[in-house]
Amino acid sequence: MKKIINGLHKAFESRVRLGIMSILAVNETLNFNALKEYLDVTDGNLASHLKALEKEKYIEMEKSFVGRKPNTQYHMTPAGKVAFVEHLNTLETLINSQKQ
Amino acid sequence: MKTEQEYIKDLSEIRSMMERSTKFVSLSGLSGIMAGIYALAGAYIAYRQFYQNTDTPLFNTLYPQDMAGIVVSLVMLAIAVLVLAVGTAVYLSHRKAARDKQVLWNPTSRRLLFNMSIPLLTGGLFILVLISNGILGLIAPLSLIFYGLALLNASKFTYDEIKYLGMTEIILGLLSSCFIGYGLFFWAVGFGLMHIGYGIYMHQKYER
Repeated sequence: MKKIINGLHKAFESRVRLGIMSILAVNETLNFNALKEYLDVTDGNLASHLKALEKEKYIEMEKSFVGRKPNTQYHMTPAGKVAFVEHLNTLETLINSQKQ
Repeated sequence: MKTEQEYIKDLSEIRSMMERSTKFVSLSGLSGIMAGIYALAGAYIAYRQFYQNTDTPLFNTLYPQDMAGIVVSLVMLAIAVLVLAVGTAVYLSHRKAARDKQVLWNPTSRRLLFNMSIPLLTGGLFILVLISNGILGLIAPLSLIFYGLALLNASKFTYDEIKYLGMTEIILGLLSSCFIGYGLFFWAVGFGLMHIGYGIYMHQKYER
């Protein structure tokens, strides 16, 4: 059981962070506004969750400008992908073990 | 630690996020039905105007010397049908997106449009070249084939079922190329009946 719990990442406890990781798992890169639309959260809320994931080195951002507007693109790091897959597998085993 | 229920909710949230951020699901079945109706109406007008006076119904081959009059008005008719169909699709998708609290112009719809427009523009330009060279017999088969390829390409970014509509259009296009002269008939089936059938199926499946 202990090993199973180890696979769950604390960083993904929040539903918004889980959402960010799910979206970035299937989109190569995505900007801040698109993420905001999909997750239906406020700017501040999203920014703080993105920062937390960045600190864990699960995602990275790239700042650029479209005209004069800043455009921040986010993508998942290889470490993030590993952690996310591990998290998903653990969720699956947890649910399966509780079913039996 | 969370309960089992919460983990299950987490998983369904992950699945819906992955789906919502890669697939454009605001396409309405009704727009397929409407597009089919416009196409049938267009085919009927074309039939009344250009086909009825020939000895064999449904069969007509246009010759380059007819170009000036008939081809231009047929192309105008086709463009009118296309504009109506696309306009209705945009309007209905906008309505559906608003109802689901989504935005119509997002990365998914852009990706869908981009992937659909490459085969469509290629086919359109190719057909224009054929028209300008007076090769008119292949317009109907080629428009069905390129449209089918466009749908097949787009199906990765929206409902999976659109793939089958695409393959049907390709098959119809190939068949039509064996029966040159019956282009209008195949057009009415491909753009009219197929859209209506597909639209009804999608409406039943996703909008009930």
